[in-house]
Amino acid sequence: MSAAHVPYQLRHRGSPLWLAALVHRLSGVLLAIFLPLHFLALGLAIDGEAKLDGFLRWSEQPLVKLAEGGLVFLLTVHLLGGLRILVIENFPWTGGQKQLATLAAAVSLLAGLAFLARVF
Amino acid sequence: MPDTSAQLSVSLWRGAREGRYQTYMVPRRESQTVLDVVTFVQRNIDPTLSYRFACRVGVCGSCAMTVNGKPRWTCRTHVAKVATRGRLQIAPLQNLPVIKDLTTDMAPFFAKWQQARGVFAPSQTRHDAMARIRPDSPARSAVDAAIECINCGVCYAGCDTVRWNSDYLGPAALTRAWTLVNDERDGANVARLQAVAASGGCHACHSHQSCQELCPQALNPTAAIAGLKRRATAAYLKGEIKT
Amino acid sequence: MNVQLYIWQRATAVVMVPLVLGHIVVIFYATRAGMSAADILSRTRGSIVWAAFYGIFVAAVAIHAAIGIRNVLHEWLPLGERRAGRFALVFGLLLAALGARAVAAVVLP
Repeated sequence: MSAAHVPYQLRHRGSPLWLAALVHRLSGVLLAIFLPLHFLALGLAIDGEAKLDGFLRWSEQPLVKLAEGGLVFLLTVHLLGGLRILVIENFPWTGGQKQLATLAAAVSLLAGLAFLARVF
Repeated sequence: MPDTSAQLSVSLWRGAREGRYQTYMVPRRESQTVLDVVTFVQRNIDPTLSYRFACRVGVCGSCAMTVNGKPRWTCRTHVAKVATRGRLQIAPLQNLPVIKDLTTDMAPFFAKWQQARGVFAPSQTRHDAMARIRPDSPARSAVDAAIECINCGVCYAGCDTVRWNSDYLGPAALTRAWTLVNDERDGANVARLQAVAASGGCHACHSHQSCQELCPQALNPTAAIAGLKRRATAAYLKGEIKT
Repeated sequence: MNVQLYIWQRATAVVMVPLVLGHIVVIFYATRAGMSAADILSRTRGSIVWAAFYGIFVAAVAIHAAIGIRNVLHEWLPLGERRAGRFALVFGLLLAALGARAVAAVVLP
């Protein structure tokens, strides 16, 4: 028997720790989609430098650079979210996790912005 | 003086799996709880409303419902704290089948409790000496921190992994299993670790921590489940359990 | 089976913590303006170190991502555990194959 089709608003989902878990999952999915494309791009070097160079020049476009900044953010936030899990599962419980989760989000944003600052 | 002419607009879920919210106007009273409001509707406006309660004072866990989106004990939720704009939306607990209106069928919740082997298995008889358990031992401290569960279902209702994964045993059942795993007197821990290491067991928890945030008894199922993950994984690596 | 998957998921995560940090450093270094394919490849071609670093990274991420995707498929789509597991396995093999090819492309002399 499944639960009712009751339309709910579920406000506890706004909690920083719940958001941390969601962002961790979504960033993982997006990175998983990105990876095969990343490997295909690098694989261009099999036929010599020229093709890889062509791709690198294509990736100089501002929109691509912006997307790459996004990827740096995704990678950092996924790493930090994963650390959250590893710590919860293997170390004694500590408080202050909501603040740490918010800090992790900020650090990830900074990493993405630092990348963009370098390439623009 | 309380403003007794003030009214509260209350939407209550009417129906079962299919249904709709119905709105009632309820007089506001000082120190009114959400349970008071539901009781008022059933006794004075619509006697066909179905809802569950028992102790009215926050020790039995029977009156849990979804209040403005959050699963809570209605007897311990003051209207003044949650009806911020003079409105309340009350629905049955999520993740459980609805019998009627605000009552849910708790059978699946307790079935998972049994599945997680949340039942004490004695290892001695009345003819043996009483077990000497130091209350400040790490194991007993872990039990004491997690033992006060009254099976209200709030954590289960608030858990998204329960919602997404129908096999998932849920925070309450796993927390009880954790207290028994740490109970030196218990004799069924291999079978219990086997049960919580199965698919849908403790390893399915994603540490969203909604359970920990919502528990009205301030228990921490996330920490209990993390402890179970360690114990079950160690038992698996030592070959004590197989999956 | 699910305990094994849990162990592999966490173990590959731990292995990848330093690899991801190293990769972020590489990203920041390599995206200096003017670093062409030739600049990159001259550093990676014939390098045992880069081969090991990215070879291990590819193996770990293929396992880690596949197990993660399996959970997402099982929980967010109406796929049973077995079907989700099959999709995830195919995805993992795809990542491993493409990743090995990419590593070979940049480290083979």
